Amino acid sequence: MELVQAKVMTPSPLKATRHEKASVPSAISIKNLDVHAPGHHILKNINLEIPKNKVTVLLGPSGCGKTTLLKSLNRLTDLYKELNVTGTINIDGDDILNTRQNVADLRQKMGLLSQRPYPLPMSIYKNVAYGLRLKGIKDKKLIAHNIEKNLREVGLWDEVKDRLNTPANNLSIGQQQRLCLARGLAVKPLIILADEPTSALDPMSSSTIEKLFREIKSHYTIVLVTHILRQAKRLADNVVFMYYGEIIEQGAPDDIFKNPKTEKLRQYMLEGN
Amino acid sequence: MLSKRKISDRISNGWMIAALVCILLLPVIIGVALYFKSAPLLSEHTLGELITSSNWHPNKGNFGFWPFITSSMYVTLLSFVFAAPVCLLAGIYLTQFASKKLIDIMHPVIDILAGLPSVIYGVWGVLIVVPFTANVLAPLFNTESSGYSILSGGIVLAIMCIPYMLNMLIEIFNTVPRGLQEASLSLGASYWESVKHVVIRGSYPGIISSFGLGLAKAFGETLAVMMVVGNMVQATANPFKAGYPLPALIANNYGEMLSIPMYDSALMFAALLLLVIILLINLVFRYFIHKTQQR
Repeated sequence: MELVQAKVMTPSPLKATRHEKASVPSAISIKNLDVHAPGHHILKNINLEIPKNKVTVLLGPSGCGKTTLLKSLNRLTDLYKELNVTGTINIDGDDILNTRQNVADLRQKMGLLSQRPYPLPMSIYKNVAYGLRLKGIKDKKLIAHNIEKNLREVGLWDEVKDRLNTPANNLSIGQQQRLCLARGLAVKPLIILADEPTSALDPMSSSTIEKLFREIKSHYTIVLVTHILRQAKRLADNVVFMYYGEIIEQGAPDDIFKNPKTEKLRQYMLEGN
Repeated sequence: MLSKRKISDRISNGWMIAALVCILLLPVIIGVALYFKSAPLLSEHTLGELITSSNWHPNKGNFGFWPFITSSMYVTLLSFVFAAPVCLLAGIYLTQFASKKLIDIMHPVIDILAGLPSVIYGVWGVLIVVPFTANVLAPLFNTESSGYSILSGGIVLAIMCIPYMLNMLIEIFNTVPRGLQEASLSLGASYWESVKHVVIRGSYPGIISSFGLGLAKAFGETLAVMMVVGNMVQATANPFKAGYPLPALIANNYGEMLSIPMYDSALMFAALLLLVIILLINLVFRYFIHKTQQR
């Protein structure tokens, strides 16, 4: 009922768009995206333009489809056989849902940062080298150079340079998350998909990750799922508010946070604050 | 004065510690009892002589255990070679690639196989594996065999161990977080590369542990092996020849041949050997687990 009200106030998700920066080219263009699970319509006719080299924050209550939307972007939804994904997602002019796409190549264009860090069961060095080796890079010097460069980029080099061959699992959770970011950056992605990347971290590690995002955002398109409104305010260039599988509102952070148009978003922000 | 809750805490703690001590003491008690029962034999023969000699003539007082030790190891090793890859591949397929429908069918089948009494495997071995070894496998390798052989023992033992090891491997592979696989895939790995580098690699300690437990179980398995292995005292490298594993020696002779001097003690020594070898297998696999956890 509340959802119907919200929809009445916002005639259509696309019309509700208040993102004024039409000049910013889109990195990702999503059209008519639907994701169905047996007995459950997870994403409902999603139409969204994600601007290039900006941080787009997906906001919304748990279970509204943010993570599914994120996983649709790098086709991790393929792992869930029960999901039926339809529509188009254009990245670099290619419809990635087209089954002829090389999924491995596509995924290398997008670094993924999960809610909790998942270091691969190998050494710190091999974790960062993993994606490079998958890309076919065999030159050890080049791999070593890339490892150092990316570990420096995430501020981890000085902490781990003397123990690169120790298991990545021995790192603290904050260090693990930064390692995962370095591992993702090493394959030179165009887009970074971050699914509540600071939710399992302590405040200091969270602030390090946020700082990193701010530093790298001019080079990457970042799609960030978060529940933390203050984090969204600090990082977002574009905010998308989702509710029960639909985009209810989207636009520039100042517009969204200062003048929410729908009751749902107002209520969400009230509770979030 | 202690409150009721503190007293009940202490009592439950006490019970748990007592149960733990019982478990810890059990192998020690068994080992000590077997050692004392073997002592008469050990007082007349050196340990080296008993373990390395192939001279088994209890009537003449000769107790060489080498044929039994080698038979046990040979049958166990063969069963491991047959069962381990099958379990590993089946476990990976069931947990990573199979449809839910297939998993639903396979789980009860594996549970039924794990619960079958060993005598059924033994009878199946006599009816199917022994003739198969004699009429198909032996001619294939240009040799003759009655079928009652170390190879038949290895095959039957492998079939017996498969559900046991497979169940453990399925549990282990299921504990690998999905997020880990997603992390690997998102870096551009194919599905198989993710399985190889993440699922298998992340499960190394568990895989080694399940192999170790499977091997220890296989080493001590008695009835089914006894029915197909031929039970002839000989140390041979030919898998088409009969063998006589340690558990079969004990099961066949205990209570039957005790009129022969020292026979009772010799059988207890065989049991002690079995215990020590299984302990060694476990220690070796513990070492490997420790090593893989450090990587």
